[in-house]
Amino acid sequence: MEPILTINNLTKKFGYLTAVKDLSFTINKGNVYGILGPNGSGKSTTLGIVLNVVNKTSGEFHWFDGNTTTHNALKQVGAIIERPNFYPYMTAEQNLKLVCKIKGVEYKKITEKLEIVGLLDRKDSKFRTYSLGMKQRLAIASALLNDPEILILDEPTNGLDPQGIHQIRQIIKDIANNGTTILLASHLLDEVEKVCTHVVVLRKGEKLYSGRVDEMISSYGFFELKAEKHNDLLEELKSNPNFGKVKVEGDLITAFLNEPMSSPEFNKMMFDKNIILSHLVKRKESLEEQFLQLTDNLEINQKTV
Amino acid sequence: MLRLIQLELQKLWLNKVSRALIFVSFILPFTVLVLSSIKINFFGFFTLELGELGIFNFPIIWHITTFFASYFKFFFAIVVVSMIGNEYSNKTLKQNLIDGLSKKEFILSKFYTIVFFSLCATLLIGLATFFIGLYYSSYTEAAIIFREVEFLLAYFVKLVGFFSLCLFFGMLVKRSAFALAFLVVLYIVEWLIFWGAYEVFGNSDTAFKVKNFLPLESMYKLIDQPIQRIVMTKFPEKTEIAYDYAVHWYEIVIVLGWSALFIFLSYRLLKKRDL
Repeated sequence: MEPILTINNLTKKFGYLTAVKDLSFTINKGNVYGILGPNGSGKSTTLGIVLNVVNKTSGEFHWFDGNTTTHNALKQVGAIIERPNFYPYMTAEQNLKLVCKIKGVEYKKITEKLEIVGLLDRKDSKFRTYSLGMKQRLAIASALLNDPEILILDEPTNGLDPQGIHQIRQIIKDIANNGTTILLASHLLDEVEKVCTHVVVLRKGEKLYSGRVDEMISSYGFFELKAEKHNDLLEELKSNPNFGKVKVEGDLITAFLNEPMSSPEFNKMMFDKNIILSHLVKRKESLEEQFLQLTDNLEINQKTV
Repeated sequence: MLRLIQLELQKLWLNKVSRALIFVSFILPFTVLVLSSIKINFFGFFTLELGELGIFNFPIIWHITTFFASYFKFFFAIVVVSMIGNEYSNKTLKQNLIDGLSKKEFILSKFYTIVFFSLCATLLIGLATFFIGLYYSSYTEAAIIFREVEFLLAYFVKLVGFFSLCLFFGMLVKRSAFALAFLVVLYIVEWLIFWGAYEVFGNSDTAFKVKNFLPLESMYKLIDQPIQRIVMTKFPEKTEIAYDYAVHWYEIVIVLGWSALFIFLSYRLLKKRDL
């Protein structure tokens, strides 16, 4: 696989605060990556470093094969971080012309990209007259001007209304379908789940996981259960080595599997023990649950250490 | 280089305020120059014709026009500090870097624009002075016309130096208004250093020599005030008011040194800074 971005042991300190700690991962061509993490976990700092606006404290990163300078590599990258930044007194078209000059792209791309984000009819309006959703779409058009090898988006739907969020997601999906590599940083897990194939999970500047979304935690899923004999069921689950953690919310019991087990198998087992289930659902964790489990586990491990 | 100038000119030209200020900084000195060269009749009471004072004679005209025109540099100074301040407040500096401009290119695009503007201003003042001089001057031999043309070079260096200083202050404080305030602070600091030097050496001559090395004073010293010189031409017998008004090579070197330092420091500042 062709690497696009390689990060090795990257560290960034702001005074006594370590924003990114010994971070390493590789972005390969053709995948859609998500960087996950709560606010303040170092997502934006990491992106800032590789985008030449934040200085690293130690470690190393390189774009593509490592033979181009960062600023030249960035001409083949499209990126939007935090909020869309343009000159408020220029029109959309003038702003994009400026970006063309920086990136060394022909002006004729402007119309094509404005068409994609649906802003062609507003190209002569000043940037300051745009709504936030339009500004964000203009930022995407700007990032796409050079037909980038990789598109980097940092919280692209932050502050948008539901309609705006939907539009941006649709545009991202369309771009991903064209085979462009995407790196999406977000704290919205369902957002990442919907579009990403790979994920890097950060917490307090440290990497918890990087790899495929569906392999994030080795899990056999869990059962959601209800029964008349609530306490008996609970006893049974706790004594059974096939089950790990058991959670109780009201009369709903959630039991996590340590070993693979099908729901008919489990149902029969309970029936044999004279426990009749009134509710039985087997599910896999959503990304959010996986993420919480991953961060929880770490906290538990840290406490036991 | 052309790409970087084009980039900056687009940013400036499409901004109404900076466009207006650029106009003013070009047009105003020009207008003042032209107005002062025509005969003004004050409602029949008396006529004022500055040309009769002999200030439009070659070669002194080079000295006079460059000295007074340099006061209009403040208009473009506002443009310079705001072109940095705006990049910070709009966060477009960050976006420019992300789009693939290097930090060095960013500073260079500002510096080239400063040089470009200074060159235009120098050429304009040079041409205007040349034609007004041709019209009024009592002496029109080529040797006399071009005798003190080095004042134009001094004017150019002075502009580049001053704008480089503004660029550095803009980068330092990121806000236009504060950057301009820093100019005033620097002016006061230079006088404080002068005072300190006076205390140490005990005489004002040495203290002035020290002050001549400081940024603002070295720029001012490039073109000495011409009033005394005008008086000198009227009263040539008064030798005690004679003074050294020439443009010296070391004065130019000092200002160029400061300019280089300011541009370098601006670059260092940007390089070290997390945006």
